[in-house]
Amino acid sequence: MTGTLVFLRVFLRRDRWMYVWWPLGIALLYVSQGWSVDGLYKTQAEFDQAAAGMEGNAALIAMAGPARALNTTGGQVTWQSAAFGAILVGLMSMFLIGRHTRAEEESGRDELLRAAPVGRYAPQTAAVLDAALANLVVGVVTAGGLAAYGLATADSIGLGLGVTFCGWFFTGVALVAAQLTTSTRAAYGLTGAVIGLAYALRAFGDVSLAALSWISPIGWYQAMHPFSGLRWWPALFLVAGSAAGITAAYAVFDRRDFGSGVLPARPGPARAARGLATGPGLAWRLQRATVVAWTVGLLLSGLAFGSMGDDVEDLVGDSQTSRDLVLQGGADIVGGFYAMLMLMLALLAGSFAVSSALRPRGEEDAGRVEGLLATRLARSTWLGGHVLVTGAGALVVLGSAGLGLGVSYALVTGDGGAVWRMTWQVLTFLPGVFVLSGLARLLHGVAPRAASLAWLSVLLAYLVLIFGELLKLPQWLQDLSPFEHLAMVPVEDFRWVPFLAVSAVAAALSVAGQIAFLRRDVH
Amino acid sequence: MADVTDAQVIEIRDLVKTFGSLRALDGLDLTVERGEVHGFLGPNGAGKSTTIRVLLGLLRKDAGHVRLLGGDPWRQAAQLHARLAYVPGDVNLWPNLTGGEVIDLLGRLRGGLDERRRARLLERFDLDPTKKGRSYSKGNRQKVALVAALASDVELLLLDEPTSGLDPLMEAVFRDFIDEFRDAGRTVLLSSHILAEVEHLCDRVSIIRAGRCVESGTLAELRHLTRTSITADLATVPAGLADLPGVHDVDIDNHRVHLEVDTTQLDPVLDLLQTGGVRSLESQPPTLEDLFLRHYGDQLAGAGEDDGR
Ligand SMILES: Nc1ncnc2c1ncn2[C@@H]1O[C@H](COP(=O)(O)OP(=O)(O)O)[C@@H](O)[C@H]1O
Ligand SMILES: [Mg+2]
Repeated sequence: MTGTLVFLRVFLRRDRWMYVWWPLGIALLYVSQGWSVDGLYKTQAEFDQAAAGMEGNAALIAMAGPARALNTTGGQVTWQSAAFGAILVGLMSMFLIGRHTRAEEESGRDELLRAAPVGRYAPQTAAVLDAALANLVVGVVTAGGLAAYGLATADSIGLGLGVTFCGWFFTGVALVAAQLTTSTRAAYGLTGAVIGLAYALRAFGDVSLAALSWISPIGWYQAMHPFSGLRWWPALFLVAGSAAGITAAYAVFDRRDFGSGVLPARPGPARAARGLATGPGLAWRLQRATVVAWTVGLLLSGLAFGSMGDDVEDLVGDSQTSRDLVLQGGADIVGGFYAMLMLMLALLAGSFAVSSALRPRGEEDAGRVEGLLATRLARSTWLGGHVLVTGAGALVVLGSAGLGLGVSYALVTGDGGAVWRMTWQVLTFLPGVFVLSGLARLLHGVAPRAASLAWLSVLLAYLVLIFGELLKLPQWLQDLSPFEHLAMVPVEDFRWVPFLAVSAVAAALSVAGQIAFLRRDVH
Repeated sequence: MADVTDAQVIEIRDLVKTFGSLRALDGLDLTVERGEVHGFLGPNGAGKSTTIRVLLGLLRKDAGHVRLLGGDPWRQAAQLHARLAYVPGDVNLWPNLTGGEVIDLLGRLRGGLDERRRARLLERFDLDPTKKGRSYSKGNRQKVALVAALASDVELLLLDEPTSGLDPLMEAVFRDFIDEFRDAGRTVLLSSHILAEVEHLCDRVSIIRAGRCVESGTLAELRHLTRTSITADLATVPAGLADLPGVHDVDIDNHRVHLEVDTTQLDPVLDLLQTGGVRSLESQPPTLEDLFLRHYGDQLAGAGEDDGR
């Protein structure tokens, strides 16, 4: 174990921002649900009515978890946050373990350190301690936040530490994945698949076959029943599972060669496909996995949202705040609710568009562009390929969200025309999505080092959507979000003028970014 | 005019490139003639990669005159690139593309590959084209880029420290292919700080340091800057050896003489030695190593802080 503490200290230093943002973000997820329900339901009668509506809604239960004590603030917080909190700590553990184990090994940096007099297990043990500690911080901050908000202390601690235990479980999973695979990407893929499976198992379990929830770590967490008769024994499954995972990972580590995995690296094609050597062909090849993943993800989100049908009156509640939030001045509750969902889907598609628009910068950072641009491939063609993929990708991703929304809405309500209507309505937000990616493109062209600031535009649009009316944000700030200028369909009628105007702004940003890129040094 | 540009594949005069306050290239001159293998020597951070990137139109020059294959590398980048192949010093591959795919990709982007040469290169370099980029070692990544470059039909190769990850066996293979390439009348610019490689391969050499060319010429021309080391067994040691022009470090031990002499001053030394009755004579030809050490000797002796960046 020589050197473990040295490694741990280095890791903690490298992760110091992760230790700030993950706990704060996750705690905020939990506590803000408290704010939000307390803002929505002013009287217990309203609360009971909404709870009754939610308890009968299988789609919501599949998304969130078993419906328990939904007419209390604590019950609502647990219901709405636990599953997502568990996914988030799973991701955090995955990144922490991945970057300190497989990624180091893959890059070869680890070899240098391992040649120093450190114990064989030192880096790995330090990574486990690092992840365990981070999860503990998340749990403690969450529990503290909930208790400070005024919820029952014991249950707050249960809900908080439960998420810590979930994180520990996924730490074990991530560590095993890092042993089995040879690349960081593959390790992330494997861990992500396990997290997804855990979520899916409990979704089916909570809706139909209860036994399935009992083989999911997220199910165990929710079985602790915080705020509805807290019990600690299901946490034992999480802790035991975590110990089992970590032990298994050490056993595999002992049996494998340094630098290799257990799952064989599969050979690929010896020759390139025909279309690879073109700007769009190459960009598509590099981005297609991301495009497909986002398309599937948004299709599923759309399906989930649409399954609420037109039975949303009860969900919204009668309080003025919630009506303000949803209606934005209109009178049509169902329309207002769906307008908001559509904007939410558009923002998710906007996240895809920004990450896709930043991909060329990632390629540049990784030093893979020089070699390409030293061929007949012109700069403009190379970048143009990526622009095309981002544009077409955003269209497909957003379209699939709309299609999912329309299909499940049609299935629930029997309104067949909703399929195309809702797909089109969601697509009317596309110009806003393009403004976000256009901004990322401009930053990449003008100030490549600062390009990730483009994410702030997504955050801003999100804040304006959620809090704009609620907190009465100044108008100029709200106007910075491109979506504010588009017609809020279906609660408002579609209008061509803002649609075309926002599209023109997006095009101008993108073109300016491309021109700037043509004029600057490539690194 | 046409003849001039035709003969000169690369023509750089007074090139300046700054990064912020750092003058990476500070009035660099470089001329590469058609059909030669030109060595581009300098320590780390001297500006070799920067020069090559300017030649590729990846970096924009701040001042100076740059012609590549008779054209402007910034404005006519894509056209000119059809006629050259480049191997970067640090080859980065896409983790999920195989080596074979990358070779085809780069080859086709250059306008096509010679299939027979591609197969021969893969075999000689002992490279498995079905492996994904992430699983190649540094040497193998470099081989991927070399195969792609050498299998293309181009008139100019720009190689930035191309063998830094190759083992000696593979270096020999690399030399064979460069010789073959030169024999076909084509041009190579080879940046390196490995002297042996340049000595073996290059017709002419330019030495740069801190963004400036400090020496340029054929190896024979540059030898005037170097010293030959001589060890002789004589019947009698003649007097006045140490007083001859260009003679250094004379060391006399009985009948054995050891001395260093500027290569251009060999004649008088040999004449004088002869008068003593030569029984045996050994001479070490000058190496580029000496030349290099002389140019950077002060710097190496100094602090070496410019090194190892
Ligand atoms: N993109 C860049 N930004 C800032 N400085 C750079 C950049 N590229 C190179 N340099 C600096 O320019 C100098 C020359 O670098 P380089 O051309 O890579 O040297 P060489 O290839 O001869 O080792 C070095 O001091 C290096 O740090
Ligand atoms: Mg270099």
